Amino acid sequence: MSEIDPSRRKFLGSSSAIVAGLALAPGLLLIDTAHGRPAGEASSGKVRWGILIDTNQCKPGCNDCVTACNQENGLSGGTQSTDSQWIRKVELKDMRSGRTASLPMMCQHCEKPPCVDVCPTTASFKRADGIVLVDKHRCIGCRYCMMACPYKARSFVHEALTDQRTEVPRGKGTVESCTLCVHRIDQGLGPACAAACDKAGHHAIVFGDLNDPDSEISKRIRSAATTQVRSDLALNPGVQYQGI
Amino acid sequence: MIARLLTIFLLCVAAGTALAADTGLKPKLDIGKGGQCVDDPKFMRDNHMRLLRHQRDETLRQGVRGGKYKLADCVECHASAKTGRVVGTDDSFCQGCHRYAAVRIDCFECHASKRKALPESGK
Repeated sequence: MSEIDPSRRKFLGSSSAIVAGLALAPGLLLIDTAHGRPAGEASSGKVRWGILIDTNQCKPGCNDCVTACNQENGLSGGTQSTDSQWIRKVELKDMRSGRTASLPMMCQHCEKPPCVDVCPTTASFKRADGIVLVDKHRCIGCRYCMMACPYKARSFVHEALTDQRTEVPRGKGTVESCTLCVHRIDQGLGPACAAACDKAGHHAIVFGDLNDPDSEISKRIRSAATTQVRSDLALNPGVQYQGI
Repeated sequence: MIARLLTIFLLCVAAGTALAADTGLKPKLDIGKGGQCVDDPKFMRDNHMRLLRHQRDETLRQGVRGGKYKLADCVECHASAKTGRVVGTDDSFCQGCHRYAAVRIDCFECHASKRKALPESGK
């Protein structure tokens, strides 16, 4: 039932290459980078994936992005200090005005990630398209990256795991964090949190290519005031917030 | 003298190996789907670890998807028809052979050892 016909795959690969070739005609950008790359092609530095979170749209009490993340990546959903949490909902309150805001917080996929700087085994790395990941084949579980991260975005797996998802390998003794749903991005889908937010009708999480001036996220960032959390650190996070 | 001893020793080892193969001492494996897969079985037996290691680095660090030597595809074909896994019992495809060769296998501490689509019941 799930047999793969290699000739079909080859046809799909070559046809998408032809489409890409057509799109490169001068002055015309027909490539929508949200489509998956053809098989065998590496991620490109021309793309920088990012997320814009509109806190005006984010509903207090709604936890759909967290639930979707847990389900997509096979996390337990526990919130103790020893449980893996790739995304958390945070409620903010300005004590002077009483204004409240709700937002999800996760790995900010920095352009200059401190977790990558401190990693002694180069397990922590940034992919060409700006996604910060942990190579668990190299991770020795020292947790320097967890200390270096100003966003407290990383978790350590304390216990042996079973029945991990095929697309999301996870294991005891390694550090992990939001992967921006890299397995979905490579298929041409966005992160599960963004999909869940859209499904809930809030549209607070906008995912896209920060390098493409015509992408929705770039247009939004150009037209509205957005904030990078801890911008004083000059890490240039790929995750940005509106309305805080 | 040493050369002669060495020759005798090597002959003994070769004979022992041949005998082991003849007397059926090879591991009996519960293979979901056997025979030719992405390459010749002999080649895969000798080289699967190198192929997997090479491709895993390309996939994870560079984002190259859709390669030929994919661990998930190994599981998809070779998982037991009974349990749907490549490890767990002594005749499982991966575990059976690794047990025979006395090589520790740690892929499945992180990676899924279970076929995505469950085997049809009653088969």
